[in-house]
Amino acid sequence: MTNPQNKEKSSCCSCAGGGNASASCCSIPADTETAIPKATSTITRENRLDHIRARVGINRMGHRVEPGLYRLGRPDVDSPVFASANYTLSFDALRSALAGVDCYILVLDTNGINVWCAAGKGTFGTDELVHRIESTGLAAIVRHRKIILPQLGAPGVSWPDVMRRTHFKVVYGPVRAVDLPEFLRTGTATPSMRRVEFPLRDRLVLTPVEFVHVALPALAAAVILYFLAGYGASLAAVAAVLAGTVLFPALLPFIPTHDFSTKGLILGGIVAVPFAASFATVPLLPFWANTAAALVALLLIPSVTAYLALNFTGCTTFASRSGVKKEIFRYVPVMAVMAGSGIILAILLGISRLFGVI
Amino acid sequence: MFDSYTENTLQYNEERCINCGMCSAVCPHGVFTPGDTAAVLAAPSSCMECGACALNCPVQAIGVESGVGCAWAMISAALRGKDMDSGTCGCGGAAGSCCGSDTKEPSCCDKKENDFGKQKNDEDILVSPPV
Repeated sequence: MTNPQNKEKSSCCSCAGGGNASASCCSIPADTETAIPKATSTITRENRLDHIRARVGINRMGHRVEPGLYRLGRPDVDSPVFASANYTLSFDALRSALAGVDCYILVLDTNGINVWCAAGKGTFGTDELVHRIESTGLAAIVRHRKIILPQLGAPGVSWPDVMRRTHFKVVYGPVRAVDLPEFLRTGTATPSMRRVEFPLRDRLVLTPVEFVHVALPALAAAVILYFLAGYGASLAAVAAVLAGTVLFPALLPFIPTHDFSTKGLILGGIVAVPFAASFATVPLLPFWANTAAALVALLLIPSVTAYLALNFTGCTTFASRSGVKKEIFRYVPVMAVMAGSGIILAILLGISRLFGVI
Repeated sequence: MFDSYTENTLQYNEERCINCGMCSAVCPHGVFTPGDTAAVLAAPSSCMECGACALNCPVQAIGVESGVGCAWAMISAALRGKDMDSGTCGCGGAAGSCCGSDTKEPSCCDKKENDFGKQKNDEDILVSPPV
């Protein structure tokens, strides 16, 4: 789509004040209207495929919408303006939620990153919002001076600054685009619309990307372990990774303790038990070797799962920087000692096997 | 025990609050709730330090060392010999990070604590929040 950039601003002074301009003075010229790309509320099969690709991390940074102003339906000078990120999932969620609403959508350049993450790093931020308002000539397109932002854009946007620089009022809409029709109907967001939850569905949606992140090293570890110690060890490696990337997000609220690391240690410990039991009862091996093999499982699997669990903090909706920092200093050394001990034991077992001791 | 999230850097100066309601509107965790004369710090331990409240408070009544709670980003920064808060947030910087590469300087960890506690000139204060 073509982005309508560098429009000349209207010289209609009564519009600039945002007050009592007449529609005839500030109606959108036909050529201006057609210059604004049209979006629809329809989510096509191609859109859905794009969503799936984004969810599994294919072409991770390529799910972008051209930044700029779009029109949905047949907006006029009084139609609401919404802002979104140029990430296809964000944009599609917004436009599909606004089915039947005549409005404008101002897409900010967030480098293909969702609203909340982009707000956290400032790309969905005051400067970009001001830049887009100015570069699209929004002040000449609408008569009002109000722009509705997703609430999760707030960490990047200072409404007083936007107001000072553009005279546009920032209104924070609900967290979820699906609540927009109700928000538009009532003009307000209920407390529940303002809250971020992290239900099972949302947690599970994240698991493919989490798994893809570590799939290659996990596969490599599984193959190496298969040749060094057999299929049991190979399976243990896969189980540890699956526990950390799939089971952990799914079971997050149900695992005891608050810290991600301890939750991961608990989950990894549970996953390790059957492997430890299996390794402890390998026939024809001396007692010390069986014990050492079981210990390898009990040391390595929980530490790997706990590390992956700790890395899930960035995907959650509630982990604070201070808390994560504390966790890192508290538990990463423990994980490192456990993993190191497990690796040393595994190497000793491997050497013993190599030299025919076991 | 086993809860690293009970403390954070959130600070609230109730005396400066003009009860505009923005903090309650932007907080996704109900840390602030509307009060009769000033915002109520209802659930401080739920704060995830996103910085939305501080950034949108027109009178700088709220201060927080905002940043992203992403262990992957912090550990990656530390492994590269950088400070954990060096600005390499989890949503940018290195390709393959949670949100991939970025051409702009990440700012999520660069955000400095706002002018919390400092008086601002009256002309800098907007008292008609768009709630």
